[in-house]
Order: sequence, then structure tokens, then C-alpha cells
Amino acid sequence: MDWLYILMPISGVTIFWPGLIILGIGVGIIGGFFGMGGAWMVTPGLNILGFPMAFAIGTDIAHMAGKSLISTMRHGKFGNVDYRLGLIMLVGTIIGFEVGAQMIMWLERLGKVELYVRWMYIILLTLIAWMVFADVAKKKKKERESMARGEEIDKLATGIEWHKTLHKLKIPPMVHFKEAQVYCTVWLPIFVSFLTGWLAGILGIGGGLIRMPALIYFVGCPTHVAVGTDLFEVMISGLYGAATYTYKGRTELVAAIIMLVGAAMGAQVGTVATKYIKGYGIRIAFGLAVIGCGISVVMKLLPRYIPSWKVAMDASSTVLILGLVAALSLYILVRMLQGAKQEITAKKGQA
Amino acid sequence: MKKHWKSIMAWMGMLTLLLPELVLAAAEKASLMVIVADTRKLTGWEAWWANLYNESHLYFTIVTVISIPVIGLLFGILADLVMRNIGIDLSSRELAEH
Repeated sequence: MDWLYILMPISGVTIFWPGLIILGIGVGIIGGFFGMGGAWMVTPGLNILGFPMAFAIGTDIAHMAGKSLISTMRHGKFGNVDYRLGLIMLVGTIIGFEVGAQMIMWLERLGKVELYVRWMYIILLTLIAWMVFADVAKKKKKERESMARGEEIDKLATGIEWHKTLHKLKIPPMVHFKEAQVYCTVWLPIFVSFLTGWLAGILGIGGGLIRMPALIYFVGCPTHVAVGTDLFEVMISGLYGAATYTYKGRTELVAAIIMLVGAAMGAQVGTVATKYIKGYGIRIAFGLAVIGCGISVVMKLLPRYIPSWKVAMDASSTVLILGLVAALSLYILVRMLQGAKQEITAKKGQA
Repeated sequence: MKKHWKSIMAWMGMLTLLLPELVLAAAEKASLMVIVADTRKLTGWEAWWANLYNESHLYFTIVTVISIPVIGLLFGILADLVMRNIGIDLSSRELAEH
């Protein structure tokens, strides 16, 4: 079975290459569907496959750039990418990221920062999950009320509508984002992206997990456009990240390409699935992913208080994340196949 | 309004060009330790690739950064062809809801 293993020329380790493809498919599906890079899912997977940590982050970012490019292309054709919004937000993200990064370095000198950052991450994930499910509950309540009044349910209705209040701010210049169907002050996306970039900088994450819901709830993007626009940002920051990590000698391109084979298929599946799953379906699945991510962070934090749990918690959090990736990928794949089948049947019926 | 918009975009573009060094600055800093690829057991393209890594991280980076989007694009087009053959409409989506 030697043919199932490949030697990584830079790191010198032998890796089970089908594992890289499977991991690529999983994160490709989830990334294309939710609009995020998914570094929090890839690192434990690479660890299990025996990848040296020195190369894990760089390799992950390199494959993420390619995967996001594929997803952005597809989302762009569906009209899900607002490039103008993406470019404006990129600036806020970059500045926010650097402010957050500098702040964390300053806090590091004061000590114990890692513990506080983890707790902050948990609080943030809890808030995001609460926001998503409160939104779903509010939308359902509105639907029930409409039905009780005998009115038709508005398909465009949303639950939480904070963006409507924020759109009332008329600070010039005002901008119209065509794909996002948003007319607001240009300072709104700049401020939101600065905030999400700042949080990502502090937490040391890519930021897709925060930016996607922020685009929905604060900027007012439809879910599909939030996913596509976020991926556009992930693509650009991923390419830059790949360049910096490779220059530091921390990227194993062979592994990134193998993962990209799987991610190319996965990204297409995830992106096409957004065609068949309603905006709120995406939001609910996203909320579940956020809860899973939050639990895994708690599991990593517990051994600080109960050191004897370290081995069990590390193993459990890896199993949880990989299980979550497998379950979500399977759900998205099945929904995509069901949708495609219906579409093809309908086409045949018309012909 | 158009004038404002153009100047905003110009500023945004300039900031994006000037500040890329700052992107992902908070990501875990790679250690300063120098890693050298062991080329003794490698032959062919693997040896060439590992040698490129050992000799110049700059060229290695350029090749990597060009390869990733090109490979991504190729795989993307390939997956497109497969999906089109299956009969999935890849140019539009009917949903216009939140």
C-alpha cells in the first residue's frame, strides 16, 4: 500500500495523500457554502495526518487561496459577489487586523493574554450563535403572525433587522451596492470591516466566521451575497498570506495542491448547494457550525483548570471538529444532489 | 457624487496596495528557525523543487503564488465542465431571498 503515501519534498514527511483529498473536499464544501476559509477545521485534520505544525498553517492558507478563488468564480457567476463592497471592506479589514495584531502583542507583554483571548473567542462565538438563532426565531414569529392575520408570508422578510437602523445613517458619501441591494453610507462597511478585522487580529483567525454574519446583520446583505463577498475577501487575504508564509519557508505546496484537488470538487459542491438551499437554511447550518467551533474551543480551555483532562480533551475536540466537518459536508452534499436532481428532472420535463 | 466615489476608490486602492504587509499580521508568527529540505533521497522534480526551496525562498514564493491561482483556476474549470455535463445550470440561481 505504499502508493497511498507520498513524500513531502520540503518537510520530508510521508503523508497519506487520500486523507489530504478527503480533508480538502470537506473544507471545500463547507468553505464554499458558508463563505469562510475554515482554518479552524483544517489544522486538526492536518495534525492527524501527521503533518508537521511548522508547515500546517502556511499549507492551509495556500490551499485556502486556491479554494476561495474557485468558490468566488462560481459565486460571481450566480451574482453572489459584490466586488465593490468586497474591496471597500478589504481596506477596513486590513487596518482593523493590524490594530488588533498590535494590540495583542502589547497585551502579550502584560502576560496571560492567551487565556483571555480564548474566553473572548468563546463569548464572541456564543454571541454569533445567539444572533443567528434569535434571527431565525424572530423570522418564524413574524411568519406565524402573518398567517394569523391571514396575510401572505413575505419571502424576503428577515428576523433581526439591525441593518435597517444602520442604513438610516446618512453620513456622506452614500454608496449603492448593486449586488447586495444595499444603499448606505460608505462608512458603514468600512466600520464593520474594521471591527471584524480588529476582532480577527486579536483572536488570530482569518475572520470569515465573523465577517459573514456581520455582512448579513450589520451591512444588510442577503445571505448568498454575504457568502460570496466574504469568499472574495478570503481569496485576496489568502493569497497574501500564502506569499508571506511561503517566503518564511513554511508552505508545502505539494500538500496544498493535493488538498486543492479535493477542495476544487468540494468548493463547487458547496457553492452550487447555495442555489438549492434558502438563505435561512444557510444561516441555521452556519449557527450549528459556530456552536461546534465554540465547544471545541471550550474543550481546549478546560485542561487549564483540570490538567489531567488534557489528553482526553485534545482528542475529543479533534474528533468533534472532524465529525462536524463530515456531518455538515454530508448534509450539504445530499441537499445539493437532491436540488440538482430536481433541476435536471424539471429540465427534462420541459424538453 | 461620482467624483467622491472615484476619490474614495482611489484612496481605497492605494491603501490596499500600501498595507498588504499588514495582512494576517496577527497569525501565529512562524519561528525564526531555518528549515532546510533534505534533498539526499529526492530525484527529478522533487529534487528540483526542494533545491529551489533551499536556494531561494523568493523564487520558491513566486512559483507558489503563481501556481496556486493557476491550479485553482484549472480545477475550477474542470469541475465546471463536469457539472455542466451533468446538466446543472451554473450561470444563474432563481432564489432572490434573504
